Amino acid sequence: METLLLSRIQFGANISFHILFPTITIALGWVLLFFKLRFNATGEERWMDAYRFWVKVFALSFALGVVSGITMSFQFGTNWPGFMERVGNIAGPLLAYEVLTAFFLEAVFLGIMLFGFSRVPGWLHTLATFLVAFGTTMSAFWILVLNSWMHTPVGFELRDGVAHATDWFAIIFNPSMPYRLTHMLIASGLTVSFLIAGLSAFRLLLGDRDKSVRTALKTGVVLAAMLIPVQIFVGDLHGLNTLEYQPQKVAAMEGNWETRGNVPLLLFALPDEEARENRFEIGVPNGASLILKHHADGVVPGLNDFVAEDGTPMHPPVSPVFWSFRIMVGTGLAMLALSWGSAFLLWRNRRNADALEPRQTLNPWVLRGFVAMTFSGWLATLSGWYTTEIGRQPWLVNGVLTTAEAVANVPAPMVLSTLIAYLATYAALLAIYIGVLFYLASRAARPGRELRPPQKAPATPIAVPAE
Amino acid sequence: MDTLLTLFGDPNVWLPITFAVLMGASILIYVVLDGFDLGVGILFPFAQPDEKDRMIASIGPFWDANETWLVLAIGLLLVAFPAAHGTILTALYLPVAIMLIGLILRGVAFEFRVKAPPRFKPHWDTVFWLGSLLTALSQGFMLGLYILGLAGDAISLGFALLTAVFLAAGYAFIGAAWLIMKAEGDLQAKAVRWAKRGLVGVVGGMAAISLASPLASPRIFQKWFAFPEIVLLAPMPIMAAVLIVVLWLALRHLPDSRDRWSFVPFVGAIALFILAFAGLAYSFYPFVVPDQLTIYEAASAPESLLIILIGTVFVLPAIIGYTALSYTVFRGKARELTYS
Ligand code: HDD
Ligand code: HEM
Ligand code: HEM
Repeated sequence: METLLLSRIQFGANISFHILFPTITIALGWVLLFFKLRFNATGEERWMDAYRFWVKVFALSFALGVVSGITMSFQFGTNWPGFMERVGNIAGPLLAYEVLTAFFLEAVFLGIMLFGFSRVPGWLHTLATFLVAFGTTMSAFWILVLNSWMHTPVGFELRDGVAHATDWFAIIFNPSMPYRLTHMLIASGLTVSFLIAGLSAFRLLLGDRDKSVRTALKTGVVLAAMLIPVQIFVGDLHGLNTLEYQPQKVAAMEGNWETRGNVPLLLFALPDEEARENRFEIGVPNGASLILKHHADGVVPGLNDFVAEDGTPMHPPVSPVFWSFRIMVGTGLAMLALSWGSAFLLWRNRRNADALEPRQTLNPWVLRGFVAMTFSGWLATLSGWYTTEIGRQPWLVNGVLTTAEAVANVPAPMVLSTLIAYLATYAALLAIYIGVLFYLASRAARPGRELRPPQKAPATPIAVPAE
Repeated sequence: MDTLLTLFGDPNVWLPITFAVLMGASILIYVVLDGFDLGVGILFPFAQPDEKDRMIASIGPFWDANETWLVLAIGLLLVAFPAAHGTILTALYLPVAIMLIGLILRGVAFEFRVKAPPRFKPHWDTVFWLGSLLTALSQGFMLGLYILGLAGDAISLGFALLTAVFLAAGYAFIGAAWLIMKAEGDLQAKAVRWAKRGLVGVVGGMAAISLASPLASPRIFQKWFAFPEIVLLAPMPIMAAVLIVVLWLALRHLPDSRDRWSFVPFVGAIALFILAFAGLAYSFYPFVVPDQLTIYEAASAPESLLIILIGTVFVLPAIIGYTALSYTVFRGKARELTYS
């Protein structure tokens, strides 16, 4: 395989692995602050217990986010030197602001948030928790500004092929940024609410009577039920914005080849790029026209409009965009059904909730559904990002720089060897991470088990590390 | 904007210099700060299980912020000297990848050693050690390659292997010095022994680099041994020698009964690192890619540098402030780390 393809796979693998953890920490930081503030306000132990359990998950996810993030910051130089050479004048300051305003803030206050509880006054600990949550959100802001600018570049001029900034305000508030930022932040909220609901449901199924578990489950379910309709609405707006600025991406998402009216909403199809048509189409008549243009005969752009004179397609590969978009939307609909259904059940049981056996908090099958959906946020987020990023191909910066122009000429075998090393590391770490989350949950559900120290520990251990 | 740009004369001169200084400072801060926590990791196999917990407790609240200086340094290289960034990182492709995997392994081991089932803890301790060692070795390897001009011949590789070992020893030294300050009892006494051995490595490394750099590059030879530079530079090796003697004497008398001097090795280690770094910086200025690309040729557009500088001027004091806050909160001997 050639260097370009390998570098793309490597970058995709690295960022996919990285994004998993910020997706959790961005929203979990705010949820922890919520637990903390509820505890401050009510003095009820269950809020603090919930905090203590979830802060472990936070610390673990944060560590993985940091180390994979450090990898990211080297990727531009090792694999895409052309990116910085051509658009570095714009990407550079944005990345620098992320480091300066976000990374240091969260990294320093994380120490106080995690280990400072008994060393600093309560208000400072709450402030540290707030600053960590704020910091993760800021890093999402800056990195999404950059990413959105790559999709809808404005506020610059090209001199000898190099982009020079002319209007920083326009660059930061570029046309797709508000949609992408909102959609991503809500995605993070949904990922965390299903993670919380999933692990809490798992504990309830194990018979955990701890009051904090029900509190956490309720927080997760209610948060999910509140966020999902907003997310679907914002996703729709995001799509309309994309239609305006990257019509070829929307054409790929809809699997639409010819520009025309009365375009169906395809539920299933196998796009065939050789023949430039779909096979086995199943669709809702006029659906895509209705969604994108709000009337049945609205004209939707087609892929055939994006072919160069010599026949090379200037649109993204169709199948991956088409399918990852459907996976995201499908997951979103499943989230809607489960969170609304169970929010209703919780509301109906609200009076005798405390009398119920843990397994009866919700119908056990609903609880199992939550366990199955524990990582559904990851699935939707990753497939959303694949839609977005693959949908930008063959451009790296839309209309300015193609991916092929930016790649480093590192020998392919070298890229292959590092790719294999990264993939092996990531696969192992991901499996261990998921395993440890369920282990922490089951240990919390069955206190007393597995608490024996590993080997003959000294009689008076002076320092026991936090877990 | 335009008045700001020409505030200190030609923006194509003062901005690259400013950014070279900023980048140099963050590399130095990184080497000192992550140096001590990597060093603690390298020393792991020599400690007992309960000592390991205390060693972790001494660095737990800091390591994440320490590594952020690496992100800043590489970020500054990326944003201020994009042309050099590509050249350097593609030339160092493999050692960078190994370093990143090392950083990943040790970062996650921090968490997993206490969160995964207890029976795996010894394995995570091994991973922590291995990750720290890999990181240190690959950084030293990159340093060696860089000093010899990023060439791939056998001599450079051999020299790079040597600097790899020396940098790891240097990190172990500053890690041990940190532990002397943060630990008590047996662990502190052990740390003193570790520091003595580490110091030998540091001296060897500084000697090797001082010999190799002028031999490898006629330009550096010229910069060091021409008159009058040689007279002006003479205080540097003399200061280094004095520091080393002081450190050695201090280590022979530690741990002291009232623990009043346990900070000396760490402060001395920082001073030594600063001196070594200053020597390197002097040798390579004005090049960012040795003998190929100067900071002036590699710099990005002045407007972009200015935007970053404005942010830095406001934010850097805040970063320093809350970093100081954190070291104050966790000052004194390392205590148990808990979430509650
Ligand atoms: C929990 C996660 C999640 C859920 C349930 C959804 N999305 Fe999404 N979607 C994302 C998470 C996400 C994301 C990962 O956050 C993306 C990638 C880039 C971005 O800004 O958001 C994304 C991108 C993305 C794009 C691509 C825009 C572009 O880059 O040009 C569109 C059109 C939608 N979404 C639309 C939807 C619709 C109509 C949904 C209805 C169910 C939906 N999303 C649910
Ligand atoms: C927010 C900042 C981001 C930046 C600056 C960025 C930048 C890039 C770059 C430089 C490439 C390589 C060139 C290419 O193959 O297209 C790329 C591709 C890719 N990115 Fe992103 N990306 C960002 C976010 C994400 C996220 C969060 C994901 C989540 C999974 C992602 C997934 C991918 C994938 C899968 C590719 C490969 C696409 C292909 O090769 O067809 N990106 N992006
Ligand atoms: C949409 C895409 C991205 C989002 C939302 C995002 C967000 C975050 C967040 C919230 C963190 C904080 C650590 C954590 O919570 O785990 C983080 C860490 C990090 N990210 Fe990303 N990131 C994205 C893509 C990237 C890219 C493309 C880069 C490369 C330039 C990058 C570099 C880093 C680095 C270096 C860290 C570690 C910071 C530290 O030391 O604390 N991220 N990211």
